[in-house]
Amino acid sequence: MKALLLRDLRLAIRAGGGFGLGLAFFLIVVVLVPFGVGPDADLLSIIAPGILWVAALLAALLSLDRIFALDFEDGSLGLLATSPLPLESVSVIKAFAHWITTGLPLCFAAPVLGFLLHLSSDAYTLLILSLLIGTPALSMIGTFGAALTVGLRRGGLLLSLLVLPLYVPTLIMGADAVRRGADGMAATTPLMLLGVITLGSIAVLPFATAAALRVNLR
Amino acid sequence: MSLWEYANPKKFMDWTAPVLPWVAGSAALCLSVGLIWGFFFTPDDFRQGSTVKIIYLHVPAALMAINAWLMMLVASLIWLVRRHHVSALAAKAAAPVGITMTLIALATGALWGSPIWGTYWEWDPRLTSFLILFLFYLGYMALWSAIEDPDTAADLTSILCLVGSIFAILSRYAAQFWSQGLHQGASLSLDKEENVSDVFWQPLLITMIGFGLLFLTLVLLRTRTEIRMRRIKALHARARRA
Repeated sequence: MKALLLRDLRLAIRAGGGFGLGLAFFLIVVVLVPFGVGPDADLLSIIAPGILWVAALLAALLSLDRIFALDFEDGSLGLLATSPLPLESVSVIKAFAHWITTGLPLCFAAPVLGFLLHLSSDAYTLLILSLLIGTPALSMIGTFGAALTVGLRRGGLLLSLLVLPLYVPTLIMGADAVRRGADGMAATTPLMLLGVITLGSIAVLPFATAAALRVNLR
Repeated sequence: MSLWEYANPKKFMDWTAPVLPWVAGSAALCLSVGLIWGFFFTPDDFRQGSTVKIIYLHVPAALMAINAWLMMLVASLIWLVRRHHVSALAAKAAAPVGITMTLIALATGALWGSPIWGTYWEWDPRLTSFLILFLFYLGYMALWSAIEDPDTAADLTSILCLVGSIFAILSRYAAQFWSQGLHQGASLSLDKEENVSDVFWQPLLITMIGFGLLFLTLVLLRTRTEIRMRRIKALHARARRA
């Protein structure tokens, strides 16, 4: 398990720049928003929680099709399926590797971008906290979507169509936690519900992911 | 003799052929009786005027939009467990009907909302949930059309339907948490003291049955078409091999 995780991490960092790409995308989306809505600081600080969360979600989406596609093409996914490690564990590890390469950097980049968007100073802790709790769910749901579309030649667009509706609850809870923080309200409830979504996804989706992989490897 | 025998494609075609005209006929009867009764022979609401009559399209369509997904969920489960091809094809056939019902519910709601709420669209939990349901249907149908091998497509869409159901329910409650509602509560519950008046309720019940039968008609019809398409494909494949 550890070997697979390290292998995925090494591949992500060394090959093709998938590691920095999501982060750069996150930066660009957030920077583009003020050009779209105007430089008004009050308006930006109101919409900042939502923008940061939507941008994080899109950045996580960007690298999803890499999770299984390369392994599927060169046949190593077939080898993984025949290895003693169950496919359920493989999918959890794949999701974990995806989270380390995209979700975790986002958590640390988000406060800097929050600064650019005049995010209220009370909300920074909650921003990091909600991203830390919520982004694993994004990776796990995305891994499921990637497993569904791995056999398709042009699955990228379909992947986003399938995955984005599944992201709705996570987005609602995450952005709500930050918004409550910005308004100076207690944000325990959305954070806990966000944790529910993450833990539930990790508990249920590996089985669905593995089932989809088995179908695609048939 | 068990229930599952009817899942045989040949048997399915045999028993649906005589049943279908009756189902279609009763759907047409219920819809025309319910809609004409509802539109022309019920009083106007004292506050909403005649706009209240959109209820005879809106409520049944919304009801069927959700139940179509439920039917797809059951059919997907049957496919995954027992691998009856008719079941997978029925789920495939129900999706376009379900998405149409969702659109009807959204459109009639918008038309009604404009004079009554003063807005076509509001980010109300119920409205939002329906929009999300629409997106789920869209993704489900897109996945069906993207995969060539029919068995792979049936498997993957079934898995998506199961996971999608969980997330659709999650989204519904998340949306409730996220925004205050503008949409009125249920007024047709069996366990509530106060419900909508009988004058409106009776034609509404008939249109609801009518929409249910309409859904059944369309799904049976589309499933039959799918089976025929599958047969044509098999014949083509056989001809090519010969």
